[in-house]
Amino acid sequence: MDKIKLLGKTLTELQEIVLELGLPKFNAKQIAQWLYKHNVSDIDEMTNLSKKARERMSEKYEVGAYTHTNVQTSVDGTKKYLFPTMKDQFIESAYIPDRDRATLCVSSQVGCKMGCLFCMTARQGFMGHLTSGDIVNQVRSLPEREKLTNIVYMGMGEPLDNLEEVLKSIEIFTSDYGYAMSPRRITLSTIGLVPAMQEFLDRSEAHLAISLHSPFEQERKQLMPIESVYSLHSVIDTVKKFDFGRQRRVSFEYIMFDGVNDSPRHARELIKLLGDMRCRINLIKFHPIPDSPLKGCSREKMEAFENILKAKGVMTTIRSSRGEDIFAACGLLSTKERSKKR
Amino acid sequence: MANDIQIEFKQLNLISNTQIIDGVYSLRFKRFFDFTPGQVISIKLTEDMPGRLYSIASSSSSEFIDILFKVRPEGLLSPQLANLKSGEKMYVSTPMGNFIDQQTDAVWIASGTGIAPYLSMIRSGTKGTKTLIYGASYRNHFYNDKELQNSNIIDNYVRCCSREQHNDCFYGRITAYIDQIKDLPNRKYYLCGNPDMVVEVRDKLIKRGIAFNDILAEIYF
Ligand SMILES: Cc1cc2nc3c(=O)[nH]c(=O)nc-3n(C[C@H](O)[C@H](O)[C@H](O)COP(=O)(O)OP(=O)(O)OC[C@H]3O[C@@H](n4cnc5c(N)ncnc54)[C@H](O)[C@@H]3O)c2cc1C
Ligand code: SF4
Repeated sequence: MDKIKLLGKTLTELQEIVLELGLPKFNAKQIAQWLYKHNVSDIDEMTNLSKKARERMSEKYEVGAYTHTNVQTSVDGTKKYLFPTMKDQFIESAYIPDRDRATLCVSSQVGCKMGCLFCMTARQGFMGHLTSGDIVNQVRSLPEREKLTNIVYMGMGEPLDNLEEVLKSIEIFTSDYGYAMSPRRITLSTIGLVPAMQEFLDRSEAHLAISLHSPFEQERKQLMPIESVYSLHSVIDTVKKFDFGRQRRVSFEYIMFDGVNDSPRHARELIKLLGDMRCRINLIKFHPIPDSPLKGCSREKMEAFENILKAKGVMTTIRSSRGEDIFAACGLLSTKERSKKR
Repeated sequence: MANDIQIEFKQLNLISNTQIIDGVYSLRFKRFFDFTPGQVISIKLTEDMPGRLYSIASSSSSEFIDILFKVRPEGLLSPQLANLKSGEKMYVSTPMGNFIDQQTDAVWIASGTGIAPYLSMIRSGTKGTKTLIYGASYRNHFYNDKELQNSNIIDNYVRCCSREQHNDCFYGRITAYIDQIKDLPNRKYYLCGNPDMVVEVRDKLIKRGIAFNDILAEIYF
């Protein structure tokens, strides 16, 4: 029988485990520290637990960390790690060093169900949810872990379609017993599953990024089927009603597609929608995926679009394209690896 | 269009829950809202559980709301919903979403319970002539088959049956059916059902020259 993985368990869950094993309650905190502060790979390394406790625990449990099976490095230093999860399935994490910060883009699902037209992961279909352990492991087993300053849930999958596991991983990243990162260094990016987004806002303190890609419902629907269920207006209204306080941020991701969403009309509508909000819009260059009807738009067009927004006081950034030479579009690397295995 | 931001739930009693085939049910309760065919509702059984979405299958003028649902054996809600008896309590939200028919000629594509919004559109008297391409594994998994055969807005009803050969069905998946059509109709395309079907069929249509902005999709994620 497969052993149960300890990595990814919250303190409360570890307390339940020690209770079940008949061990003292304080062992739970010690285990958490071995897992998340000392990054041990084996229960036997948890030397402040009695030998008997370690033996009892090892009968049913294991640490459950695992390393990447492939990495691609871009000329600009971006690295794409491939982690094996379920049988012959892979997920990607992108490590993006940039001056004084280093960000890891983590995956939350194997594949995705949301079917966005511009996304390679959508074409893989959905293979399963990642556990909190699989999410935490992307940080735990990152060779550059010590340099990491930020985490974004922006890799494969829609994190809010796997809400509970994602929230558990955020708890572990931000708790004193865990990695003790500030929640202000964590951003969750979503296409806007409204009820789960409300839960995320209520139950965590991390930043929120919303994939918008069009300010018009009819046009967004053609890019993102989710618009048929939760309209962009319902997403924005939910965000507007929430008190983000002074520190917490909301931003909007806007991939620019040539001739589709890059006109002054789109920019003006964005201003109408978001002009009265304290938020940032990130304009993103599209990395075309095979056989896509969508094309990326030129730098000049992106700058013209940015200028319209900035002229009306909307905080706007053109996100620099990182790792273009190593398939930066999420899902491409793992799709390649899966086809090799077939 | 009703696109309510606040998802509000009302507690009400189930009127009936009928098994159509093994694991697929048609559930009915009294209508307490107006809706546009193609919209969905959220259903839950206790106040604090997360709701699950279901397309409305009934007519917008019916006294009742019907939904068609399939049990996901390892799922949270659908197995419990299958056991719900008439008179028992459930929570239902007001309608939301905008997978709405433009009342023009169109090609409707569905898999499994993804037929539900089209049933609502037909029953509510939508306009235009429709081709319906319906995919299922087995012949008895084409729900409301008779009604669809008899609908006078459907000019061409194609059942793609992937695991059984029958004289009245195309033997294979929807993508295989599209592959062998010479000229795809120049109409709007609507896709509704499981994620794999929607993504694969959309890619196939685009490869065959259909503009992406003529394709509208609803995914049962
Ligand atoms: C727009 C839309 C329309 C749909 N219409 C129909 C229909 O007409 N008929 C039909 O049979 N099915 C329909 N579905 C699928 C349906 O909503 C359920 O997913 C399905 O019945 C299985 O539910 P479950 O609880 O049994 O399974 P589960 O596997 O427990 O849950 C199913 C899905 O619910 C979501 N979910 C899980 N946890 C949470 C959470 N905490 N908060 C919010 N969401 C969560 C996840 O996406 C999960 O995969 C539709 C889905 C969508 C999105
Ligand atoms: S963009 Fe995100 S939500 Fe959309 S299909 Fe890709 S992974 Fe899923």
